[in-house]
Amino acid sequence: MINIISKRYWFFLISALIIVPGLISLIAPPHLNLGIDFKAGTTMTLTFTPEITQSALSDALTTAGYPDANITYSPGSKQYFVNLNEITTTQYADLQTSLNKTFNNGVNYVSHQSTDAGQAKTTAVAAIIAVIVAAVCIMIYVAIQFRKMPRPFRWGVCAVIALLHDLLVVIGIFSILGRYLGVQIDLVFITAVLTVAGYSVHDTIVVFDRIRENMLKGVNKDFEKTVDFSINETFVRSLNTSLTVLFVLFALFLIGGGTIHYFVLVLLIGVITGTYSSICNASALLVVWENNEWRRFISWIPGVSKNKNTETKAV
Amino acid sequence: MRRTRENILLIFVIVLMALALLIVLPTNSGVLFNKNFQYGLDLKGGSYLLYQADLSQKSPSETDAQVMSAVQATILRRVDAYGVTEPVVQIQGTNLLVELPNVQNVNDAINLIGQVALLEFKEEQLDANGNVVNDSSGNPVWIPAMATGSDGTQEELTGKYLLPNSYVDTSTLGQPEVEIAFDSEGAKLFGEITTRDLNKPIAIYLDNTLISEATVDAVITDKGVIEGLTLAQAKDLSIELNSGTLSVPLKVIEQTDISATLGTDSLNKSLLAGLIGILCVAFFMIAYYRVPGLVATVALCIYAAITLAIFKLFSVTLTLPGIAGFVISTGMAVDANVLIFERMKEELKRGLTLKMAVAEGFHRAWPSIRDSNVSTIITCIILFIFGNKYSAVTVKGFALTLGIGVLVSLFSAITVTRTFLTQLVNNGMIKGLTLYGGKHD
Repeated sequence: MINIISKRYWFFLISALIIVPGLISLIAPPHLNLGIDFKAGTTMTLTFTPEITQSALSDALTTAGYPDANITYSPGSKQYFVNLNEITTTQYADLQTSLNKTFNNGVNYVSHQSTDAGQAKTTAVAAIIAVIVAAVCIMIYVAIQFRKMPRPFRWGVCAVIALLHDLLVVIGIFSILGRYLGVQIDLVFITAVLTVAGYSVHDTIVVFDRIRENMLKGVNKDFEKTVDFSINETFVRSLNTSLTVLFVLFALFLIGGGTIHYFVLVLLIGVITGTYSSICNASALLVVWENNEWRRFISWIPGVSKNKNTETKAV
Repeated sequence: MRRTRENILLIFVIVLMALALLIVLPTNSGVLFNKNFQYGLDLKGGSYLLYQADLSQKSPSETDAQVMSAVQATILRRVDAYGVTEPVVQIQGTNLLVELPNVQNVNDAINLIGQVALLEFKEEQLDANGNVVNDSSGNPVWIPAMATGSDGTQEELTGKYLLPNSYVDTSTLGQPEVEIAFDSEGAKLFGEITTRDLNKPIAIYLDNTLISEATVDAVITDKGVIEGLTLAQAKDLSIELNSGTLSVPLKVIEQTDISATLGTDSLNKSLLAGLIGILCVAFFMIAYYRVPGLVATVALCIYAAITLAIFKLFSVTLTLPGIAGFVISTGMAVDANVLIFERMKEELKRGLTLKMAVAEGFHRAWPSIRDSNVSTIITCIILFIFGNKYSAVTVKGFALTLGIGVLVSLFSAITVTRTFLTQLVNNGMIKGLTLYGGKHD
């Protein structure tokens, strides 16, 4: 039997250590490296036969009237990614003509995307709404499923806190990746994040279900012990399920092709943190709440008188 | 009695599996229903365009919905005339989503689609003395040519009086020209105008741009030619005239082009990845759970066949995230089995017989399976609505495939696995408890 609950503050600390750097990166500008779906502009992916140098492409873009073009090169696929401000279809056609002339028709236009400012804003707002609506719906669903338990809403809130934990880990890591590797946030990223949300709750609920079952069976009078017992019972299942999903994701990540690379990376990180939070955080939060350990945190705030009623064990 | 029910279930599962396979194989047609997989633009290459209609310019008598469906019909005719196979033209609020698979010259297509194609016939403005009015730079001022319509009111002669049968021809001088023909009302108007403007110039404007100017040398009623165009322009104009004028201007607000090679490459890579991933899962399940693991693997294959059959039958468009959604749902399908088998092992440890342990395992694991999958389905529904409303095709595709996958996985993990496992246990085919994760006696 592994004592997870008694070490709960250590697990909270680990979570904090992972989340805080990402959170700092999220708070500091430029927050997230927004991709074309959320920011007006044009991106194009190009390959060249014969191969050219990045400075040659930069010069060609300057000639075509785009000295500010942002160029990144992916050596693996030999692709150049060019980011421009928003341009019209006519301007795009002119740019193609100009590039074709410079490189003697040796340009292969792999993909091209253009988004207008209004559309980009609509999408960004809709994405945020989708995340909030999903979280609220899941919270309500969990509360309904646990309605026979005392204080059913608590279970929903704890599941959603674990969910937000997972989202913060993923978004924080991608904020850092965006800062240093130029990884962009696009619609596909939002899709992946929402899937992580679904998976996170999926995992948490299995543990919660077992706690509920054991409480109804009356395994142990002590809530903390019941929770610990339930986590241990579902431990192998949690690991095995994550392993099977991770097998598939790793295969997709390694050989699934460039287009879904970061999509799969979000899911990989999300499944790992989702498993971690459902074992180490979600149920521990239930215990923290049951024991009213919140009071300890309140008592730490300067100006609030120390509460004599703190019956919780020190970490 | 119980035995017969289980036998019927077994036959049902096998028949279902056979039907699914007949629909799925061969992948490009299918023995049954002869349907193909529908691939999204990211897998087959092509252009995705999102147009915004400027509804401030619609006539007040029409509703937004009427304008949008008229625009949709016009665009669809143009795209068809341009020779695009399997185009998609969808209304999304005040936006129009256009998908053009395998189009080589996207920019030409965009120009063709977005043109309002308002064709106007104009004449020179005359002052009170009958002299031509010139603008500040000395050019004549052109005003719309008006004539009396059959209902007695003054009508402007525009492209809406043309029959949809214009075609490109070559003039006697070898220049491209568009042959047009008026309907009866247009013929009446044009007759009056050419009578009035005999030996005077008439100008033809397309979308407020002068494209040709000619002197009327005879009274013409039913036919006419438009000159002064390049061959490509003449072709586009002919398509636009035949498809009709757009009642409101369109603006491209989002455009994505994907080359066909990138699409095929992505499809092959993700399919290979999916296959390897599933093989790893099968290996793991058999190694860890023995006989039940083998049954779960069979159930997984049935799950894959049924899901793919549904994709084909309902023409679900497969995008790259969509395939990823399918592959991920296989992982989740296994989860239900892991839950059940872990439960079975616990029950075996408690000393239950194999038969009872199997029954208990399924019974006890069900609430967890139900609750956890419902949360995933909730996410899928929200994603689908979000993707549908904001024209995010990839998001929609992912939500749909994941959602279908989760629903089918519930069936495969519960019904299929239980049917096979119960048969094995009841018939005593494989007896060793260790093979089911129990301990030696």
